Amino acid sequence: MRWLCALMLTVWTAAGWAAIETYQFDTPEQEARFRQLGLELRCPKCQNQAIGDSDAEISGDLRAEVYRMLKEGATDREIKDFMVARYGRYVLYRPPLDRQTLVLWYGPAIFHDTGAVFVVLRIRKSKLALEKGDEDA
Amino acid sequence: MKRLSLWLPLAIFAILVGFFFRGLSLDPNAQPSALIGKPVPGFQLADLHTGETLTPADFPAEPFLLNVWASWCITCQVEHPYLTQIAEATMPVIGLNYKDTQSAAVNWLAKLGDPYTFHLFDPEGRMGLDLGVAGAPETFLVDGNGIIRARIQGEVNARVFDAEIRPILEEFRP
Repeated sequence: MRWLCALMLTVWTAAGWAAIETYQFDTPEQEARFRQLGLELRCPKCQNQAIGDSDAEISGDLRAEVYRMLKEGATDREIKDFMVARYGRYVLYRPPLDRQTLVLWYGPAIFHDTGAVFVVLRIRKSKLALEKGDEDA
Repeated sequence: MKRLSLWLPLAIFAILVGFFFRGLSLDPNAQPSALIGKPVPGFQLADLHTGETLTPADFPAEPFLLNVWASWCITCQVEHPYLTQIAEATMPVIGLNYKDTQSAAVNWLAKLGDPYTFHLFDPEGRMGLDLGVAGAPETFLVDGNGIIRARIQGEVNARVFDAEIRPILEEFRP
């Protein structure tokens, strides 16, 4: 029974892989760029997925488009610009740094640093209080 | 000073509530189109019925709706009666038949009626891609100069038309 289960799981996995579209790449480097773009471009239909990670029809279309452009020798920059011209900045999971995205890029660091300063001040203060307390005792 | 810092957590909480409250009334699926204010991208596509080549020069010289539809799209069927009304009473409606087969599309129109001025046939979705279409149905309001003024994702009905199309239409149509 256990062997049957193992066998079925193996077969099923193989069937699952078979459904994934296959692209032929010229170089491993080209394939790596395809994967990377698939992670950085956002699916316009499904808010929280990248096109490389989504089963939506439009994601398949955009993957095909990325593939076509890569094959034609387009740079990553050109492919991203092509997508932005059509789907807006929304499609970039890693938007460029400019006035609109300043808070997005630096906000977390500012929050973190403010918190760190606060904690350091707190610790210093309590240390001072402690030393003072020792003197008193 | 001490008093002030006591209020700080409450202030932060209030700011967060403000953000979340605003978020409640935002539509998370709404995406601005990258093409508002820009001309309809150039194309050379076949007429769905006759097969003759159509270009942006064939667009009417008055405002019209460019409706992206397909026979496999259920919502397109839902909005079809309303678009028929628009085409008969308000303004021309031009179809962009998106990722469909010609026979299925023609059958669909034969069954439901064809109030469209004409249909661009885009079986591979190239034109859809250039328009930034994420899926059918989508509808663009195009002015008489071929400039895209508004984009609706999903069903167009009387409520959507009055809220999202009519105000923009009145802005540029005297």
